[in-house]
Amino acid sequence: MPALAGRHPRLQSGTIEDGAPLTEELILDASGVAKSYGAVAALRNASLAVRPGEVHALMGANGAGKSTLVKILTGAIHADKGDILIRGKRRDVRSPADARRAGLVPVYQDASLIPDLDIVSNLRLTATPVEPFANWVKELGVPDLDLSEMARDIPLAVLRVLDLARALAVEPDVLLLDEMTAALPANLAERVLDVVRRQSRAGRSVIFISHRFVEISALCDRATVLRDGQTVGVVDMEPGAEERIVELMLGAKIEKQRGFARRQASQADAGTRLSVRNLRVGTKLADVSFELKNGEVAGVVALEGQGQDELFAALSGSLRPSTGTIEADGVPVKFSHPADAIRAGIAYIPGDRTEALLMHRSVRENIALPFSARFRNWGPIGMQKERTIVGRAIERLQIDTRAQGEVQRLSGGNQQKVTIARWIAADARTVLCFDPTRGIDVGTKREIYRLLRELAGQGKSVLFYTSELEEVQLVCDRAIVIFGGKVVDVLPAEIADEAALTRAAYGLPRNATADVGILADLPATNGAAS
Amino acid sequence: MSETLTAPSRAPLGRRIKRFMADRPLVPLIILLVALVVILQIMRPGIVNERWIANTVKFAIPLAILAGCQTLTMLTGGIDLSVSTVATMSAFVMASLAGHYGAPAAIVIALIPPLLIGLLNGVGAGIFRVHPLIMTLGTGLIGAGCLQVYQRSVIATGTKIPDFLTWLGTGLTYGFPNALLLFIPIAALIIFTLSRTGFGRLLYAVGDNEKATRLSGVLYGQVIIALYMASSLLAGVAGLLYVGLIKAPSSLSLAEPLLLPSVAAAVVGGTSIFGGRGGYTGTIVGALILTVLTTLLTILQMPEGARRILFGLIILLVTAAYLRIVEDR
Repeated sequence: MPALAGRHPRLQSGTIEDGAPLTEELILDASGVAKSYGAVAALRNASLAVRPGEVHALMGANGAGKSTLVKILTGAIHADKGDILIRGKRRDVRSPADARRAGLVPVYQDASLIPDLDIVSNLRLTATPVEPFANWVKELGVPDLDLSEMARDIPLAVLRVLDLARALAVEPDVLLLDEMTAALPANLAERVLDVVRRQSRAGRSVIFISHRFVEISALCDRATVLRDGQTVGVVDMEPGAEERIVELMLGAKIEKQRGFARRQASQADAGTRLSVRNLRVGTKLADVSFELKNGEVAGVVALEGQGQDELFAALSGSLRPSTGTIEADGVPVKFSHPADAIRAGIAYIPGDRTEALLMHRSVRENIALPFSARFRNWGPIGMQKERTIVGRAIERLQIDTRAQGEVQRLSGGNQQKVTIARWIAADARTVLCFDPTRGIDVGTKREIYRLLRELAGQGKSVLFYTSELEEVQLVCDRAIVIFGGKVVDVLPAEIADEAALTRAAYGLPRNATADVGILADLPATNGAAS
Repeated sequence: MSETLTAPSRAPLGRRIKRFMADRPLVPLIILLVALVVILQIMRPGIVNERWIANTVKFAIPLAILAGCQTLTMLTGGIDLSVSTVATMSAFVMASLAGHYGAPAAIVIALIPPLLIGLLNGVGAGIFRVHPLIMTLGTGLIGAGCLQVYQRSVIATGTKIPDFLTWLGTGLTYGFPNALLLFIPIAALIIFTLSRTGFGRLLYAVGDNEKATRLSGVLYGQVIIALYMASSLLAGVAGLLYVGLIKAPSSLSLAEPLLLPSVAAAVVGGTSIFGGRGGYTGTIVGALILTVLTTLLTILQMPEGARRILFGLIILLVTAAYLRIVEDR
């Protein structure tokens, strides 16, 4: 297909050409990009035009095709159709190495270092210069990284920072960040945003994918919105642009921003479901005590690496606590395998979907997995009964089942729903959710909030770790704040706004009169730094 | 909300054929099998007749049962290299005891050593996390050693193959091999287990993502022990059938030549050695393909070395081509 004569006919209703002189050279101009997987079209007609020195947001609900477009632009997958012009020249990006030579460097949604290699070897793989890399790592708020450490031993948030540093070290003209901040605690995310701003000031472009509007409006110049694999508009980021973007993203199905997840009446007389006393796990979780009531959603708030992973692992039977007790319904329990926790009615939904899903199996088999776990259920499966139960769970979570043959073909949000549906189907009494809304779109988030409240309404209890602080007031009855391996505060939802939670998460006392600005001067509280 | 369906009819013909094959992985295998038979018929007109078919099926059955062991274990990302020793063992023990205790008792006793080896494999691979390749290789060697010791007592008592097993292994009824009486229920059981039972689901699940099964409450060790015991039991049964077919338990490496073909049959049949993908119907066709291929190479009257080279090459080509057809990227 020759380069289109009249470029961007689709954008004329948008605002792109208004301010920019037509002669301005675009550093990246992709148009008519399409990609199908079998009968499923991930992209149908996507376009993206980026100016030099611009921070350009790529927006869209989950499954709109953002990640696919990024992967096509960076040569990780090949488009079925479409033109990609880099600095005005048509270019066939055949591999990630091609893309790097053209100045396009991505940081994908999932950590991309090879777990069994140390960092130096990982750098060597991509021919990344070590010194600039190390400088960027420091710059990004990880002061004392050991380059000989195995990637598998590094916490997820730091891995993401390393991915970014690796991309920055080769001085890309266009940096593509796919959900870069989703897995980061607030302090690290702020550093990332700083770096992005500096890139732009230096005349380099950044394509920025995020579900956090705060970041988008603070950072980006323009936003391209995708819906169902098509570019539906390009918006200049000015006051009020958020509304316009949401409209474009949701298309016809515009919903009101507020008004979901109403909290139910208090469950003052509800019994205690879980009681944790003086729990100590590994080196990170030092001494944690709290109670979880029936019919309650309790939020857990913590900066990265304060022991929350260990807490959830211990409660779900994956890690044995060194000291302390866990009681379920008043009876002391000791879990040596997740099976024990499940038998006690406690289900764990990990933050990383790939830990929970059988990617090559069907939606149905994924949801029904816990049914076959016990030896006495190894026999013939009651197919009819299973279909009913699974069907009910799918309906309750509104999972899009058009690509149900293999879970890996579902979008991220739908995959996340499958991990939850499994325990809805299994009727778990207590659900431990670890950051279930990370990197998924607004609509799906709302559905998950509603579902968690519904579960609580049925007398079930939910422990909900979240890295997005505003979720606490939306979903939780209380927030348990952990800092340095200990519970430092428990806030009722009414006062658990972002400011209060942030202060508590940094270990500041609730009544301290310190100005919020002081937070910026605190050392990066990354476990390693404190 | 997310992905959009396009009308499948709009896809070009090549893609449609590919999709068709990807949805029905058995089709290309059956096409290959038929093609091999046609080639054989062209090279030796008249060779393909009722008798030949019955013979081919007869020889493919023990291979298909052993390949069943590989299919089941490969689904979890494992492998069972002790099957040939186990098969030989059950055949040998049975033959040495049949004269003394009668066939039924001898058969029951003969299946005990296989179960023990299976238990050992399962405990090693499932609890102590020894890689199944090493674990089963080890137990296979240990088993072979024990067999050698045991052989001395056999020389004293002599061996006997019950008529019933000879009838099952070699006999034909209305042109159909009697071995089908044993094989059809076994195959049906394996296929049913894989698709419609909790245990079968777990095999796929463990091979796909062990961590996910753990979080869902699956006890890995339990699954793996049961799996390797089942695999060994199958191998034991295959040994009993095979000795009925060969009619001579004299050699200690009775089933040895079937070991690597059993792995090849499973792989050719589309089971992934990395776990999570595959099934037994493909394996059965794979066993038939290998058996026909052996016949084909035999009548080519090449030197043994050249024949083996060709055999290896063909297996590589078929597997590579098959994966290309079936994997939809």
